[in-house]
Amino acid sequence: MHIVVCIKQVPDSAQIRVHPVTNTIMRQGVPTIINPYDLFALEEALRLRDKFGGEVTVLTMGPPTAEDSLRKALTIGANRAVLLTDRFFAGSDTLATSYALAAAIRKIGSTFGAVDVVFTGKQTIDGDTAQVGPGICKRLDFLQLTYVSKVSSLDLEARTIEVERRSEGGVQVLRSNLPCLITMLEGTNQVRRGSMINALNAARAEVVKWSAQDAGVEDIQKCGLRGSPTVVKRVFAPTPRAEKAKVVEAAGQPPAEALIDEIFKLRPKLENEMFELARGF
Amino acid sequence: MSQPAKPAPQPAGRAAAKKELPEHFKAYKHVWVFIEQERGHVHPVSWELMGSGRRLADKLGVELAAVVIGPTGEATRAAVAESFCYGADLAYVVADDVLTDYRNESYTKALTDLVNTHKPEILLLGATTLGRDLAGAVATTLLTGLTADCTELEVDADNSLAATRPTFGGSLLCTIYTLNFRPQMATVRPRVMSMPERVEKPVGRVIEFPLGLVEADIVTKILAFVPDRDKATSNLAYADIVVAGGLGLASPENFQLVRQLAGVLGAEYGCSRPLVQKGWVSADRQIGQTGKTIRPKLYIAAGISGAIQHRVGVDGSDLIVAINTDKNAPIFDFAHLALVTDAIRLLPALTEAFRKRLSAHTRDRIAS
Repeated sequence: MHIVVCIKQVPDSAQIRVHPVTNTIMRQGVPTIINPYDLFALEEALRLRDKFGGEVTVLTMGPPTAEDSLRKALTIGANRAVLLTDRFFAGSDTLATSYALAAAIRKIGSTFGAVDVVFTGKQTIDGDTAQVGPGICKRLDFLQLTYVSKVSSLDLEARTIEVERRSEGGVQVLRSNLPCLITMLEGTNQVRRGSMINALNAARAEVVKWSAQDAGVEDIQKCGLRGSPTVVKRVFAPTPRAEKAKVVEAAGQPPAEALIDEIFKLRPKLENEMFELARGF
Repeated sequence: MSQPAKPAPQPAGRAAAKKELPEHFKAYKHVWVFIEQERGHVHPVSWELMGSGRRLADKLGVELAAVVIGPTGEATRAAVAESFCYGADLAYVVADDVLTDYRNESYTKALTDLVNTHKPEILLLGATTLGRDLAGAVATTLLTGLTADCTELEVDADNSLAATRPTFGGSLLCTIYTLNFRPQMATVRPRVMSMPERVEKPVGRVIEFPLGLVEADIVTKILAFVPDRDKATSNLAYADIVVAGGLGLASPENFQLVRQLAGVLGAEYGCSRPLVQKGWVSADRQIGQTGKTIRPKLYIAAGISGAIQHRVGVDGSDLIVAINTDKNAPIFDFAHLALVTDAIRLLPALTEAFRKRLSAHTRDRIAS
């Protein structure tokens, strides 16, 4: 079995700082990490490989420095890493990104063996769109299984797969066919730590580096800025609220009492509403 | 995954991009809202979007259409009828029992065929698990632009959709256009837009559309549906009162103080992202950019510092009360009421005080 896991190197968003004047992201010294959701995708892929045999190829599209994240994925246990990097990809939106990644996955299939499953995280923490997974899937004409919490069974002979998928208000249990694309939810598995041996191998491993041309991208016009139907016209910082919070002063009464008085003073209607709500419990 | 990775400085040609709409897209007219129904229930985000869609349609001087896809029968008929009460001028309906439950293959076909036939200029969907699954597939099939999780939708001077969304966890906002492709697609998370007023109206124009698929054409089969045992988690976004805890609570045991207050108030409870990462609270209780957006009448945040990604999810609250020991915590920049104190000590007192207050209220009511 051959599984491709798409990962992305992202800035550790907890530490993002915005320059107050230029509204640009200050990347200096901001550590990069593998998008956390992608780690759950990688773990699920490795579990399937451990159970059914075969290989896991990790793929990322990004700047040359994204090689670090690929090496981390090799340390965790992936067999092979492919870096798709080219200045033609700069400024890609989700449609252009899915175009390039789908081309690379086809190329991975023809070079290293047909791809049965593609895994991605449900979304990234920098873009937060959850659009690239479905985009790749449509371009490859694979079956789409998003927000998956568990791959419950797989039959390589019959080419069928069963998954549990989060939907509004419950879990769908689905049976579908290979090849498919799965986006994984967070917290689905404990992500394994890389072994010492993997780390040594990862340090020595050859990361496959492909340009757009190497990956067999047919139409460079569909990549990067030129291939992106969406256009970012304006970037700005959220406006601060006009006034700061009113500090509750507990003059001679317990602070909890003072707070409740203040709440009902600001929103007189709330008292009756809260009473109605509390009565229901 | 990747809205542009470098928000600024922008590459030449990006902000300066011109609207040069190709001739074949000029026929695309009207605003559509996808009405999301699952198991006979319409997700309220659909009506919230009808409110936004109505505003956009009025500005453009075009019609607002509801798109209802689902099984034949009463539930779909009711969703169509309801869409007129929320402002639809017409409804496109694809009703087929193959569409009883959501599946990507069948819904993607229904919606892309509809778009290709009836050509809307704007198509809005809820950013739910269903909406995101569908929108990503449809936009790729149509090869058009899609902007995720918008917090603001406007029409600019040349009648283009200006969709604003947070990026980098809410640190920045971007206004994004799909200038030269149609339809212009956007998703919006539940509770970001306010609920429009419902006005009783008879059913208007309905345009039926065939699915053109039979069950045998669809590979993916639904073996079972397991409803959430804990119904409340799906109510967090729609709760009138929400109490949430953050790292200031210091231990997973202390999180029950949040639950106890919520219990007395008949409220829902939630948490900030670090508590989910630590495994203290389940992910479906997370409030913020990567969790749920809430819009309660009262939001009590206990021991939450108020990182930007949290603010994104609570900005629509009518009254935000923040309890935090750190008087410089960012939450005090966007809360309405602040109590600079230790939430661990205050919460039990607040629970007790509310209990007394609300039961006194009961006595007054009975006495009067």
